[in-house]
Amino acid sequence: MGETLQNLYLGFSVALSPGVLWYGFIGCVVGTLVGVLPGVGPLAGISLLLPATFGLDATRAIVMLAGIYYGAMYGGSTTSILMRIPGEAASVMTCIDGYAMARKGRAGPALAIAAVGSYVAGTVSVVALMVLAPPLASFALRFGPPEYFSLLLLGLLVLAYMNSGSMLRGLAMAALGLLLGTIGIDQMSGYFRFAYGVPELGDGIGVVAVAVGLFGLSEILVTAGQKTPPEVIRPRLRDLLPSRQEWREANGPIWRGTAIGFLIGIIPGSAHVISTFVSYAIERRLSKRPEEFGRGAVAGVAGPESANNAATSGSFVPMLALGVPSAPIAALLLAAMMIHGVTPGPLLIQNSPALFWGFIASMYVGNVILLILNLPLVGLFVNLLRVPYPVLYPTILVCSLLGVYAVNGSVVDVWIMLATGVLGYVLRKLDFETAPIVLGLVLAPMMELALRQSLAMSDGRYAIFVTRPISATLLAAGAVLLALALRPLVSRTLDWRARLPAEVE
Amino acid sequence: MLTTDRVAGGAIVLVGAIALWQSLQLPLGSLRQPGPAYMPALLAVLLMLFGIAVAALGGATGTFSAVAWTEWRHALAIFGACAFAAVALERLGYRLTMGLVLAFLLGVVERKHPLLTVALAVGVAGGSFFLFNTVLRVPLPRGPLGL
Repeated sequence: MGETLQNLYLGFSVALSPGVLWYGFIGCVVGTLVGVLPGVGPLAGISLLLPATFGLDATRAIVMLAGIYYGAMYGGSTTSILMRIPGEAASVMTCIDGYAMARKGRAGPALAIAAVGSYVAGTVSVVALMVLAPPLASFALRFGPPEYFSLLLLGLLVLAYMNSGSMLRGLAMAALGLLLGTIGIDQMSGYFRFAYGVPELGDGIGVVAVAVGLFGLSEILVTAGQKTPPEVIRPRLRDLLPSRQEWREANGPIWRGTAIGFLIGIIPGSAHVISTFVSYAIERRLSKRPEEFGRGAVAGVAGPESANNAATSGSFVPMLALGVPSAPIAALLLAAMMIHGVTPGPLLIQNSPALFWGFIASMYVGNVILLILNLPLVGLFVNLLRVPYPVLYPTILVCSLLGVYAVNGSVVDVWIMLATGVLGYVLRKLDFETAPIVLGLVLAPMMELALRQSLAMSDGRYAIFVTRPISATLLAAGAVLLALALRPLVSRTLDWRARLPAEVE
Repeated sequence: MLTTDRVAGGAIVLVGAIALWQSLQLPLGSLRQPGPAYMPALLAVLLMLFGIAVAALGGATGTFSAVAWTEWRHALAIFGACAFAAVALERLGYRLTMGLVLAFLLGVVERKHPLLTVALAVGVAGGSFFLFNTVLRVPLPRGPLGL
């Protein structure tokens, strides 16, 4: 305990230093803007701002990029409540009751409850992150290549299982991402693979170009032609405070949403959006008046909003302790850490204590900044939504091109962004999730290295993955997921993932 | 019936087959010492299997012809502008290229007022160059005209 407090003191001395505090603040502001603007999203936001961090030291850069991440989670609720447009995917559930509250003249309290819920969830889950990450990192020191391979495989299976479509489609997309991740120089033999004479492809396909293409450009391609501007409800500052009854109704869902979000976020491969679905379904089931859900139930805003913020901190646990990204955004942050010369994983806490604890402390500070930003300044952010989309998207497009080009100063990355943008556009039209592609792309080099090292260790026997206890446990968990996904085919019943959207409607 | 999943499954199988063919141009190695083609070939086979399964189980999804591509003209124009940016960026320089991209999208595609188009094209191209190149020191191409 004393050691933890000492470490936290170190962290706060880093996080409250003027330079780190300033960049954390910028990250929170940009993140809120990114969350507010439909079609940008935290992934594209972090991708675009990554080149701007090249001149910074690792701590400032990571604190700023993480600020964008959790800032976007806060900001996403604003458009959901006021316009019924989710600024990012995890805010979809907030649209239902948040917008219904706004229509009833309770937009201010809905925003306040979302912000306070996000604050409580963000702060409590950082405490959990602080407690869990160091022991998990110590445990991970027992991991060898077979355990890493099984963990990464489990991560991809969870992501495929949790996505909104079928697991098969998710697995196909993950395999495509892994295949794209094999492009470039083979780490073990030095062979150029699938480079076709393009030297820039030697380092592989950049995650930023693919992420901006799949998420940013494809969103613009899909939505740019839409003509009808959505209605914006403007709350007044004096109307922000919820009533005593509303606070009472929000209290339980905030704490339950925090617990659910953190636990789901911690699972490698799980998606924020699932934590919000689960939280909403549970609140509806626990409610004495379930018929109010969909018509402006306070719990329908408080639970999912808390869950998505807690999931953000939860997703940092495997990233920091194991060096394994649990979601595409964590993968991007992981890539950013590596660009800045920091190797995430079990030794991060020992080798870079100032960065690790500074990052943790900056999240406490960031949550306070975001609470202050999101309540009084909500009107300012809402004004952004008044900029017509036909004017807004060309600007976002230029920023995307700039961000992708600036990572390596290479036009090849711009072409990759264009190709993946078209791929993302077609996949969206066919109802395929694109997140597994990005995660597969990032995990491919780690997975290939772990697989080939494991086979070399075992003299070519695949049994190594099931004879080592940790690896066998992880694979067994993956097998359970596969069995759960296959069950509806056998029993002809809907599984819980398919029932959730129906329950929440 | 040609459903979305059947079309997608077919395309996935095709990508997998091409990837497998290309992978086998490299040394496969052995189980004890997997070569550079081992992982890509394994993944290509998996991709083909998933594609077949998606197509086989995708009979109940919507028909491919029912997918609305109403915004395709807009999407094509945006894609064309991006492709121009990729070709011109290092030849014409950042500011000129982005200015032209913005002018095309705002003035031609979105039919905004010429004054607004010019103001935004010059402002965003110049402003983003100043922010990234001058303030944040991210090197951006200037082109022969210094733009």
